[in-house]
Amino acid sequence: MKEKVIEVRNLVKKFGSFVANDHLNFDVYQGEIFGFLGANGAGKTTAMKILCGLSSPTSGEAKVAGFDIYKETEKVKRNIGYMSQKFSLYEDLTVAENIRFFSGVYGISPADRKEKQDKLLKDLGLESAKDSLIGSLPLGWKQKLAFSVAIFHDPKIVFLDEPTGGVDPITRRKFWDLIYEASDRGITVFVTTHYMDEAEYCNRVSIMNAGRIEALDTPENLKKQYSAKNMDEVFLKIAR
Amino acid sequence: MMIIFLLPIVQLLLFGKVINTDIQNSKIAILDLSHDNTTREITSKLVSSGYFVLGEELMPGDDVEDVFRKGKVKMVVTFGPEFEKSLERDGKAEVQLLADASDPNTARILTNYASGIINDYVKKEKLQNLQLPNQIYTEVRMLYNEGLKSVYMFIPGIMAMILMLISAMMTSISISKEKELGTMEVLLASPLKPIQIVLGKVTPYLLLSFINALTIILIGVFFFGVPIKGSFILLMAESFLFIMMALSLGILISTIAPNQMVAMFISVLALMLPTILLSGFMFPIENMPLPLRILSHAMPPRWFIVIIKNIMLKGTGILFVWKETLILMFMTFVFIALSIKNFKIRLE
Repeated sequence: MKEKVIEVRNLVKKFGSFVANDHLNFDVYQGEIFGFLGANGAGKTTAMKILCGLSSPTSGEAKVAGFDIYKETEKVKRNIGYMSQKFSLYEDLTVAENIRFFSGVYGISPADRKEKQDKLLKDLGLESAKDSLIGSLPLGWKQKLAFSVAIFHDPKIVFLDEPTGGVDPITRRKFWDLIYEASDRGITVFVTTHYMDEAEYCNRVSIMNAGRIEALDTPENLKKQYSAKNMDEVFLKIAR
Repeated sequence: MMIIFLLPIVQLLLFGKVINTDIQNSKIAILDLSHDNTTREITSKLVSSGYFVLGEELMPGDDVEDVFRKGKVKMVVTFGPEFEKSLERDGKAEVQLLADASDPNTARILTNYASGIINDYVKKEKLQNLQLPNQIYTEVRMLYNEGLKSVYMFIPGIMAMILMLISAMMTSISISKEKELGTMEVLLASPLKPIQIVLGKVTPYLLLSFINALTIILIGVFFFGVPIKGSFILLMAESFLFIMMALSLGILISTIAPNQMVAMFISVLALMLPTILLSGFMFPIENMPLPLRILSHAMPPRWFIVIIKNIMLKGTGILFVWKETLILMFMTFVFIALSIKNFKIRLE
């Protein structure tokens, strides 16, 4: 059995009388691509924000990268990367400036940064765009860059909140190539999505509905269990 | 970025030069029915005062309204017949001032100035020759602004306005921009502490505002001749306090506003207009109806303007502005406390 990097026990989050997360229980293992699925408003983003230390839970326990989310928020944050759904680089800075800024935030030394930046731009084929403003790049490139910046400091886990909104399936596929590479390097990927083709790419998926996790398994097992042809059908059967 | 440096300079020149409530070189017309020494001397006094220039000499029978309708002449001075004679004989003479009151403010100022000059002349040049019983003369002196220059009024006002604009508005916009674009979430998910994020956002505006405050004071002193009678260090310290207050207000706005548009709106409606209207910068607070007078107490610029005027024009020290200083400190404290509270709620 691989090392657990996220452990969640009876996690509850209430906003007033509304229960956004109702006793969540799950584990995520190191190097895994963990899909966090659910309709809009099912509570995915809320749960993810709690795990990232952006929000505190009402009750329950959770450990991220081995650290308690209540007491060791600082250490949790040091060991995770986060890419928000609203795409998260500074539009009015250049590619290189964005990398420099986030390197500074995570305390990466200038020498390391230089080396990693060159490699990153080469891998993405964006060497020519080094000094272009982020705002001038196509959305697909921005998303790839945002992801690469989110894992620039080699976190144990990277949280992606609907990372591929608004792009075509081919661009999405290319984005997933980057996710696989990160996973091969041992980075755990925790991704929320509502694209069912993306769900197929995950090692394991959990499906949320009205604040509860209704199913959690590999895509193959889920399809068998719900006797469905694809994840779309699985999702519809659960969400109904 | 440039605009933030240029803004105060442009504003200051605009307010100082264009929106000038002082009268200079207003055209007047003279209808002199006496043409004696006294009327000629009074006319030359009026023209040499710098407030008036002679636009036209009217003849008896000219249509006075026609002169106004042409729009150039703002005031007509009419001396009655036998001016000098009746002044010497009866101790009184008639002079009529007709002003174009389609602009009531200017008309009032023009007639005040002209009567002042005429009375002054008559008193100094003529009255010692006349023996008139029991007259009371009022001796008026305008302390702290002898020339009644409106720029003395504008410098503190503009300083308050610009500092509010740069500090509060720019801070609130720049923080809510991060919220809107999602970069704030990324920063919050990073090892940076919230206080580091806020300091990072605020420091540039602190520096900018400070430079602006200095620019405004320098322009005021060297270009408009406004004195700094009190301590320069105290002046800068008070400006610093006001900037801190405005920055914390900006942070507070950004914790309320979900995006840049709203932040902008709140800043303009809640900050700019009250700064201009309710701070006593343009309109005297004493003349406002009671509810507005009470409301004006909540306007930080009101207190700042009092402080600045006291230090610059009256040369008072901290002993006379400690109350206003404490009020500003208290406001800063409240804004910071509210921001922290709002911020926590948002995280839960």
